[in-house]
Amino acid sequence: MSIDQSTAAKVAKLARIKVEDDALPALADEFNNILGFIEQLNEVDVEGVEPMTSVTPQRLKRRADEVTDGNQQDKVLANAPDAREGFFAVPKVVE
Amino acid sequence: MTELNKLTLAEARDALRKGDTTSVELTEACLKAIDSADALNAFVHKTPELAMERAKAADDRIKAGDAPSMCGLPIGIKDLFCTKGVPSQAASKILEGFKPEYESTVSQKLADVGSVMLGKLNMDEFAMGSSNETSVYGNAVSPWRRGNDEAQLTPGGSSGGSASAVAADLCLAATGTDTGGSIRQPAAFTGTVGIKPTYGRCSRWGIVAFASSLDQAGPMTKSVRDAAIMLETMCGHDPKDSTSAELAVPDFEAMLTGDIRGKKIGIPKEYRMDGMPGEIEKLWSDGAEMLKAAGAEIVDISLPHTKYALPAYYVIAPAEASSNLARYDGVRYGRRATLDAGDGITEMYEKTRAEGFGHEVQRRVMVGTYVLSAGFYDAYYNRARRVRTLIKKDFEDAFAAGVDAILTPATPSAAFGLGEMTEADPVQMYLNDVFTVTVNLAGLPGVAVPAGLDSQGLPLGLQLIGKPWEEGDLLNTAYALENAAGFVAKPQQWW
Repeated sequence: MSIDQSTAAKVAKLARIKVEDDALPALADEFNNILGFIEQLNEVDVEGVEPMTSVTPQRLKRRADEVTDGNQQDKVLANAPDAREGFFAVPKVVE
Repeated sequence: MTELNKLTLAEARDALRKGDTTSVELTEACLKAIDSADALNAFVHKTPELAMERAKAADDRIKAGDAPSMCGLPIGIKDLFCTKGVPSQAASKILEGFKPEYESTVSQKLADVGSVMLGKLNMDEFAMGSSNETSVYGNAVSPWRRGNDEAQLTPGGSSGGSASAVAADLCLAATGTDTGGSIRQPAAFTGTVGIKPTYGRCSRWGIVAFASSLDQAGPMTKSVRDAAIMLETMCGHDPKDSTSAELAVPDFEAMLTGDIRGKKIGIPKEYRMDGMPGEIEKLWSDGAEMLKAAGAEIVDISLPHTKYALPAYYVIAPAEASSNLARYDGVRYGRRATLDAGDGITEMYEKTRAEGFGHEVQRRVMVGTYVLSAGFYDAYYNRARRVRTLIKKDFEDAFAAGVDAILTPATPSAAFGLGEMTEADPVQMYLNDVFTVTVNLAGLPGVAVPAGLDSQGLPLGLQLIGKPWEEGDLLNTAYALENAAGFVAKPQQWW
């Protein structure tokens, strides 16, 4: 599998990371290098092997569906780059 | 008494209990050492006022006769741990200015027993790196040098600041985290002890997430005994981490008898890599001889899927990272890029993440995005998770055949120079983790123990891998190895 510049641009878009056009060839090369390394996995016979979901044999615990905290709006917003009137503020989302 | 900052946790604890010193004195000695060690760039956020406050409280507690082992002992905390009111940036620009409103479970446990946080320690950005060169704070520097050569060496990564600080006696011990070797590799590079416990032993709550199925916290210390003392404090069930194990935490220190007679130690043939330096090879066989002389039985074993651990890791870890790091969007915390007129929310995300994430982090997030994307999920991500199942089974088979622990080198080389790997492709850097990454994929405990010096006078470490939840037994084997190796070298102070 070889990654071209348009695939690299698509991946950057999916990851929401701005990559300038002139940086795309180098990025595609890096991807190909890393994916070339990963290709070794194709040598392994994985027929009938389950993909690992949990490294320790334990089920996720359930807990009671109860409100245990809250009323900390100021703390929640304390680290926001832009908070106004008790909300997170972001640029305009719809026209 | 030797200088107080040079004490081990155990020595300092015993001195405190006897009344030979105070936590305030210990803390002052460490703060002084830290202030004269800016050249190491290990401590990146210093918290002297908080430290003195905690030291005084600890002294009161010791006087009152209520003193757990770690009470009054000054330690450093890796920047990956959220610490209330103290910058916690994961060494990333994107978390500039972030001061958590809460405390990670592990650092809270350490605070609850009265230990004294001196400040936050340098690391690779989001723990992604093996040399501490991806940090927004700049490189952490190893206190070790190649003889009289002034070239700066890496303390390893990602817990590079922790390793440097402990090796240079800036603190008595430090926390680290380990996703693919980030405790054990820096410990090996700096002649210190580092243990990654079984996945689920330490709560991950409040630790900035990199790859959630692999991340574990652990102690970085000057001795195996110290590792036992500190690990016990860090472990334990936490309802806030659903993968945290509901198991009792034993008294690890009490399990250090040094008696390993009859233990079966496996030597995996697949860890004998092509091009492995002769010094590493010799260290490994010397280590096996030491354990044999202490009464253990040495057996050759096979872990056939070892070769595929690194490529599987470089699918799974970036995949999880791309998901975990989606939260850095410039909205809830950290840093938002300056926007141009007319920029909408997508531009805000894209610019914020392009400016805020360093090169290696961007690369891993994008690789992770790719392997999880439609059409490639099965070919990459699911295949890697299947290989992970096989890697874990390799270890299970070895343990089922009666092996108690596995001995391997900790790293394929001694520490390299800062900047020496800049031109190398990323895969070359990833090879640093070749002996450690299997342990994360299998969820097992692994410990790095300093075992010798190379011809240039740099520390080399051996790794012992144990059965799940058997950290006590593993530490006891490590203790026997430490006793036999008799590693006492310290870096010459140049900083």
